Amino acid sequence: MQSSVQLTASGKLKHFLTVSGLSKELLTEILDTADSLIEVGERNIKKVPLLRGKTVVNLFFEASTRTRSTFELAAKRLSADVLNININTSATSKGESLSDMLKNLEAMASDMFVVRHAQSGASHFIAESVTPGVAIVNAGDGWHAHPTQAMLDMLTIRQNKGQFEGLKVAIIGDILHSRVARSQIRALNTLGVNEVRVIAPNTLLPKHVESLGVSVFNDINAGLGDIDVIIMLRLQRERMQGALLPSEGEYYQLFGLTRERLKLAKPDAIVMHPGPINRGVEIESEVADGDQSVILDQVTNGIAVRMAVMSMAMSGQTEEQNILNEKRANESECIS
Amino acid sequence: MHILKIEILNGKRLASPTDNAQDMSTHWIDFERIEIQDGMIKSINQDNPAFKADISIDGTGCYVLPGLVDLNVSLREPGYTAKGSIYSETKAAAAGGVTTLCCTPETKPINDSKAVSKLIEELAQEAANCEVLPLGALTQGLEGEQLSEYAALKNAHCIALSNGYHPLKNLAISKRCFEYAKTHNLSVFINAIEASLHQGVMHEDEISTTIGLQGIPDLAETVAVSQLIKLAEATGVHLHLSQLSTADAVAQVKAAKERGLRITADVAIQNLLYTDEKVANFSSVFHCMPPLRSEADRLALLEGVKTRVISAITSAHQPHEAAAKQMPFAETEAGMSSIEFLLPMAMKLEREQDLLLTDFISAMTQGAAEVLNIAIPQIAVGQKANLCIFNPSTSYVLERENIQSTGKNTPLIGQTLTGCVKTTIFEGRVSYSS
Repeated sequence: MQSSVQLTASGKLKHFLTVSGLSKELLTEILDTADSLIEVGERNIKKVPLLRGKTVVNLFFEASTRTRSTFELAAKRLSADVLNININTSATSKGESLSDMLKNLEAMASDMFVVRHAQSGASHFIAESVTPGVAIVNAGDGWHAHPTQAMLDMLTIRQNKGQFEGLKVAIIGDILHSRVARSQIRALNTLGVNEVRVIAPNTLLPKHVESLGVSVFNDINAGLGDIDVIIMLRLQRERMQGALLPSEGEYYQLFGLTRERLKLAKPDAIVMHPGPINRGVEIESEVADGDQSVILDQVTNGIAVRMAVMSMAMSGQTEEQNILNEKRANESECIS
Repeated sequence: MHILKIEILNGKRLASPTDNAQDMSTHWIDFERIEIQDGMIKSINQDNPAFKADISIDGTGCYVLPGLVDLNVSLREPGYTAKGSIYSETKAAAAGGVTTLCCTPETKPINDSKAVSKLIEELAQEAANCEVLPLGALTQGLEGEQLSEYAALKNAHCIALSNGYHPLKNLAISKRCFEYAKTHNLSVFINAIEASLHQGVMHEDEISTTIGLQGIPDLAETVAVSQLIKLAEATGVHLHLSQLSTADAVAQVKAAKERGLRITADVAIQNLLYTDEKVANFSSVFHCMPPLRSEADRLALLEGVKTRVISAITSAHQPHEAAAKQMPFAETEAGMSSIEFLLPMAMKLEREQDLLLTDFISAMTQGAAEVLNIAIPQIAVGQKANLCIFNPSTSYVLERENIQSTGKNTPLIGQTLTGCVKTTIFEGRVSYSS
């Protein structure tokens, strides 16, 4: 249902807003493209001309270091011109509406917006209101989706495990407020893992979470049994307010990933975290830095995955515009 | 002075209690001629050669029904004229076949005074599109703390009291509001909301979980309904629950009525037509308050209307300027512009076998009038000539520029609607003609 906005008539990506509604083949194409682009980062001259002459605007309404800088690097490695705009919420309340701001940026002949916004659905809204031909890449919207994070996690899993079939994956932490978890769950199920588990107290689980295609555990020790991939989520400090959790201490005691607990998973299980890490809150330092951790691989893969989706979305837009132009040319020929 | 005379020829009219039992059961009665004069229905099917009509309306293929009574309409004036004015929104009401409506107190300034009530009354009389019955503010400034001057509001023709979607500070204040309203024999219209649970922007369920929008749990309504029923019982006030959205609330109202309490309820037409599925694409036109809930809730609300547990259907008309809906979902303003499309929406309910058109009409005439304790609109000689002439088989594509309301925030634009209001007659004059 949500896929129609982001696909061309021939089923190619033209925006990248959510993993939801994308086929296994398309997700695999993103991973394969990213794989082929990893090599660019290892060259002396780290550039390919896929987005040469294009202008990419990084539009961040929420603070971000890792995501924004990997998007910037990805765009530059694709030879695009990059404009970074950081708008904290106080600045948007000057009175200019989001639509007006976008129109202004479009007037500067931008070809792609990479958008992060605190509201779920913000990138959908933007994709529906921009001029045809401009691609939108979602860099995280509210609690809804963070599809490039999910895809870089999938790439990391595939590099380490070879395939998705048969895998059991546990996602531990604040599922309720997590766009990362929602996108990961969708991607993992589409790519055909054996089981996705969520492990959290009930205050951090959304209603009917099982409808996302997960099994639910309140007990981390039970939930870790037989697991191949462990994904930890960052616990925001503000969750101690509003009676979601009593204290960081009790959370760590019940849900923190320690060396002891890691032994409950399969011996070759990998440990992932989208960052930034709260050491001693959701994960023990030694686990974050240990042999089974692939947290830094995730960051490296982030650049390749972002290069992949940016180039795919741009080529989808170009193809759609070409078809449109041809159609117009034919029509005017008929008239003359 | 010339006295306006109108005749309606050759249609079907809704039966009224003055007709015989058999006609009542078939609902519609063929007529040849209805004569209107002096704001009243002068005669039905009488050969009256002296009557020379100024306006003759061909009713072939049409239903003639009493003008609809809408319990909850945001007219937006004074204060929010970018969204609508008393003139534009009563014009839209007339286009929807409505001849009587209650307007919410959420204006700027808020209608908590005689002055604002009088202003609304004057502007409505000037517009002369329909009868406007203001709902006065239950508390000063709708702030939920101090009583408004109920005697003054009643004196200024406020029909009942409401606090809209603004919460009352605590239960002690609710109790006193109810006691003071009872003192003045005024009904209280309450949108049942427990504010601390009402933090989200859509129904809390699988879809809110999937798309990551903060959900409003059923509990936000059901907990409030049970408290309100207790308070109404204790104070003896007539409690009217505005725009119920949950199955559990319907069950509670049913039980309260069975216990003999004077409790009534209404439902917004969009909650009878749509569910939270409509929000799955972040479509802000479906951002409603109360939220569109589950299919089970929708079916329970329909059943509530059929069994008269829910007395009335309302448009809950909330016109907005375009910019109010052009933002990420949670930042958009809630509400739909719907008063013009009540009958096409009802036709859709009938087509899908959700609700009979006659049950809809009954809820928007008799049901609503009983809530307001006003005369029940009916088509009979000597009754007020508030009528809607409606062609149930005309189909047309709704174009944006053909919408009378200032608010174009309806999902029906571009859709084929079946059922068209041909003419609305308000107090014996044509208030709308298509």
